[in-house]
Amino acid sequence: MDLSLTTRQEGNHTVVVVGGEIDVYTAPKLREQLIDLVSGGSYHLVVDMEGVEFLDSTGLGVLVGGLKRVRAHEGSLRLVCTQERILKIFRITGLTKVFPIHSSVEEALAAHE
Amino acid sequence: MPTVELRFAALNGHVRTARMIATAVSRRAGVPAGAADEIKLAVTEACARAVRVNRRHAPQSPVLVALIDAPESFTITVADRGRTGDEVAPGPDGGLVTASALLDLEPESVVDPPWWSQPAAGGPDAQDDPDEDTAGLPSGLGLALIEGLVDEVEISRGPDGVGTVVAMTWHTDLSAVPPKPVR
Repeated sequence: MDLSLTTRQEGNHTVVVVGGEIDVYTAPKLREQLIDLVSGGSYHLVVDMEGVEFLDSTGLGVLVGGLKRVRAHEGSLRLVCTQERILKIFRITGLTKVFPIHSSVEEALAAHE
Repeated sequence: MPTVELRFAALNGHVRTARMIATAVSRRAGVPAGAADEIKLAVTEACARAVRVNRRHAPQSPVLVALIDAPESFTITVADRGRTGDEVAPGPDGGLVTASALLDLEPESVVDPPWWSQPAAGGPDAQDDPDEDTAGLPSGLGLALIEGLVDEVEISRGPDGVGTVVAMTWHTDLSAVPPKPVR
């Protein structure tokens, strides 16, 4: 399954809904999307990963890159994920310490208030 | 003799093919359902690393994957033809370093780990290299992830002295699983 990306605006946040497989082949597409958003002035991002079926270290690299970019503008990047198989990857890398991870988009948006 | 052998050109697009085949073969081999996700990720990381290493040092050489279904275990080996030990971050016990130790992220750390400020992240206006997707993450992270996913992992030099072989084993007979070493 390929990678699907849609974005929508929620107040001053941009929600990026990601679906499918984020791997070494598809990750550049997500990376371009995040770079485009930051270049366009969107510095508060919520990446909804509930539809992600697979994530590898390249995908982690893209998310870390996105986080670094928004931070350069005092922005934020929050993740929405409740899938154990995806959460496990953030846990074993320790990246749970740098990404705020929420169980819903609403919760992620509320956390910023 | 391997149950299934796969040889592919060092291209990222083929990593997914390897993942699909490994998943299908592991299912047939009776690997516990819980291990299926681990196998998918581990074989992806091992193949993606082999593709990078070959592209760097031996772009014309294929990546070789062997899937071995034994009575009590399922083993996947991934062999590259690059510089031996490239993208392998050794741990203190001679095995692989764990991903969390490699990234070295502390909960309340005031000081970010060195990789965090690597230029690959770029400033907001940095010109990005489309082939550089690591965001400064340390090389070796792929294999470090594997360390946390498989029952046994062994890194060795290629049989003719060229490249690296990553051998990953899952126990399919759960009564035969040795206790996990405490880390």
